Amino acid sequence: MSLPAYATPLQRIWHYGFRVICGLIFFFLIAPIIVIIPLSFNAEDFFTFTPGMLALDPDAYSLKHYRDFFGNPDWQQALRNSITIAPVATLLSVGFGTLAAIGLSDSNMPFRRTIMAVLISPMIVPLIISAAGMYFFYSRIGLQGTYWGVVLAHAALGIPFVIITVTATLVGFDRSLTRAAASLGAGPITTFFRVQMPLILPGVISGALFAFITSFDEVVVVLFVGSAGQKTLPWQMFIGLREQISPTILAVATVLVCVAIALLVVVELLRRRSERLRGMSPS
Amino acid sequence: MSDTTTGQGGPVSAGGVMLAADGRPLKQSLARAQRRQRLRAFLLVAPLLAFVLIAFVAPIADMLFRSVENEIVPETLPRTVAELRRWDERSGSLPPQEVFVAMARDLQLAETRKLHTRVGQRLNYEYTGVSSLFRKTGRRLSRMGRELKQAFVGLDPAWGEPATWVELIGAPDWREAQAAWAARRARAGADAGPEPLFRADPAIAALLPQTADFYAAFARAIQTEDGDSPTEEAPWPLVYDALYRDLSGGADLSRHTGPHADLLRAAAAAVPGFPPVSIRDEMLKVDDGWGDVAMWQTIKAYSGRFTNGYFLAALDMKKTPDGIAMVEENRRIYLMLFWRTLLLSVGITLATLVLGYPVAWLLANLPARHANLLLILVLLPFWTSLLVRTSAWKVLLQQQGVINDLLVWIGLISDDARLVMINNQTGTIIAMTHILLPFMVLPLYSVMKTIPPSYLRAAKSLGATNWTAFWRVYFPLSVPGIGAGAILVFILSIGYYITPELVGGTSGIFISNRIAYHISISLNWGLAAALGSILLFAVLILYWTYDRIVGIDNVKLG
Repeated sequence: MSLPAYATPLQRIWHYGFRVICGLIFFFLIAPIIVIIPLSFNAEDFFTFTPGMLALDPDAYSLKHYRDFFGNPDWQQALRNSITIAPVATLLSVGFGTLAAIGLSDSNMPFRRTIMAVLISPMIVPLIISAAGMYFFYSRIGLQGTYWGVVLAHAALGIPFVIITVTATLVGFDRSLTRAAASLGAGPITTFFRVQMPLILPGVISGALFAFITSFDEVVVVLFVGSAGQKTLPWQMFIGLREQISPTILAVATVLVCVAIALLVVVELLRRRSERLRGMSPS
Repeated sequence: MSDTTTGQGGPVSAGGVMLAADGRPLKQSLARAQRRQRLRAFLLVAPLLAFVLIAFVAPIADMLFRSVENEIVPETLPRTVAELRRWDERSGSLPPQEVFVAMARDLQLAETRKLHTRVGQRLNYEYTGVSSLFRKTGRRLSRMGRELKQAFVGLDPAWGEPATWVELIGAPDWREAQAAWAARRARAGADAGPEPLFRADPAIAALLPQTADFYAAFARAIQTEDGDSPTEEAPWPLVYDALYRDLSGGADLSRHTGPHADLLRAAAAAVPGFPPVSIRDEMLKVDDGWGDVAMWQTIKAYSGRFTNGYFLAALDMKKTPDGIAMVEENRRIYLMLFWRTLLLSVGITLATLVLGYPVAWLLANLPARHANLLLILVLLPFWTSLLVRTSAWKVLLQQQGVINDLLVWIGLISDDARLVMINNQTGTIIAMTHILLPFMVLPLYSVMKTIPPSYLRAAKSLGATNWTAFWRVYFPLSVPGIGAGAILVFILSIGYYITPELVGGTSGIFISNRIAYHISISLNWGLAAALGSILLFAVLILYWTYDRIVGIDNVKLG
């Protein structure tokens, strides 16, 4: 990709011009997320940089929006709801999903393709349709507006991610290892926990993180399936953005960006570890 | 397999069939082992499959069902629906008296069961005004047929007694059960449980069909809805109207021997002298909306258990007596919305492709260390909450927002000519392009990484210009990535709800926003379900295509 010494001026211009274009696209990708971070420290209730902020005047910055987020009962209740819903939904999707992924990666599995298509469909079907269907069906069976209704719905939405990541890890899994364990006298359960699980664990954990973030960020389904008692953080943000737009949202957004960075780092580390475990060179 | 078996000196039966260690033929043994493995694999998948079927597939099926379901009309207005079948809707004249009578009875029952507003609402989707007509009429029904009640009671005060009616219409065994229940309740109070549900005597039902039918419906309605007993409540005036119609219809009472036979015969003799009552006139007096033939045509058209009405409405069509027609020009919105959703999604897909292709190319051709660093810039938006990104755009694009401030500061625009970039299509396109860009870059990148750079060099060494080498060699190899990314972005964008809702205003909303509106605000669930079904159908076709091109097992994340 480096420029050869014999490049013509036109090629040189194109070479650097192309990099500038790419740089602008990266800027487009990342700038909107970065720009809200300083804005969240705004001392005024504005959504733009005040002259004081541009002059780097310390008085123009404050933590008042963060104080509002941590002090306001609405936001705290929403945070609590998010924290109680997402892990349980994740646990459900990972538990069922890992078992199913192991079954699906077995070449003897009948109707593999069809079942896979059904299990992946929650990721493909537009959220508004899932939300509508769940709203109708869950009100029939009395789950609409309950904690478990939201958890079930979120678990269903997280399943495709677990299936995809775990089956991807299992592609590199050497089946002779389980046979070796069995020949040494281990039962299927011991084999699973002592041999298979440690090897596919990175895939399971990154699937779990995907499922977690799916539930943690989800707003459409919870809007319909949940009731006021299940108001999650994204729901509260949605209301905030639609009705009384308050700068506290920017503080919340900044906190969520930090969560995203943490998750991204963990997933990246796991991916490398998984590739190392399976004997691939980390790219 | 056979090598190892013979190598270990595996037993061979007389027929030359290979045997396994337990003495079974090897083939059979192998088949059994495979069957067991298949079962094991299936058992591992089964819990999840059951879970997804209940938590996800059943709701989708429910939605599809609701898009055609119309039970509320035939269930709430059964008598009207039956009578309307005999009316020729093309005649252009009002339905006969019987239809009005049936409607009055159905509405009276629906009013007691608090269903008349719901059925009115349902029919209002098809014909504006039905809802208020039903509500208004519902309040006046208890007075319809009052003159007849007075006439009957004037003839014999026994007609005003609830007990007369119970003895006249109630089945003998029901009356026994009721009496036993009453005795129990006198002793035990509320512990006696609910009163046995009213049943009409088949003999009287054959003799006075309308009266028995409607009185039984009355008795059950007050039992189940109000917790009252028919032994204590005088029937509605409309029940007297039913009796009047049965008697003046020439019911043959000569051989009737049941309770109150004489009372009945006396009434039959007196009926010709009663004041004539026309329920049709009374209903027209309440509201002349009942004289609207088109409304009756609509009710008849939507009287089936299932309807294609919601789908027609979702496509801006409606039923008329002459077949299916488009609705008036100024009321067509859904086709326009579908069209807009499609156009904006195509636009967003193209925008992500134009922006994503160079980035993916750069990532795929940089040394791994740099590429990984830059990849984080793509992955961070991917992991960041959708609402964070949407709020970022809301903040940036506002008229008093960062971008406008910047443009004013540079001097590109004047302070009083700030750009309107939010609450319109521009806002939707910019924000959604940003949000969906990672979904384009990642599949493109994973395909481009597999294209050996030596191909381009080979093309150039054979004399191709940069452009030819790219267009004839590299681009065709990257097409699978383009296909995968484009379908993924397109599928995601046609169903988007949150971002258009927050930054799209009215001109930038999608069909999803209309679905949400019908679920939570207009409460027209059938129409929401029909719109959703059409959208779902489009997505499933794309999903199938995606599966064909990429294969769902090859979807990669992060």
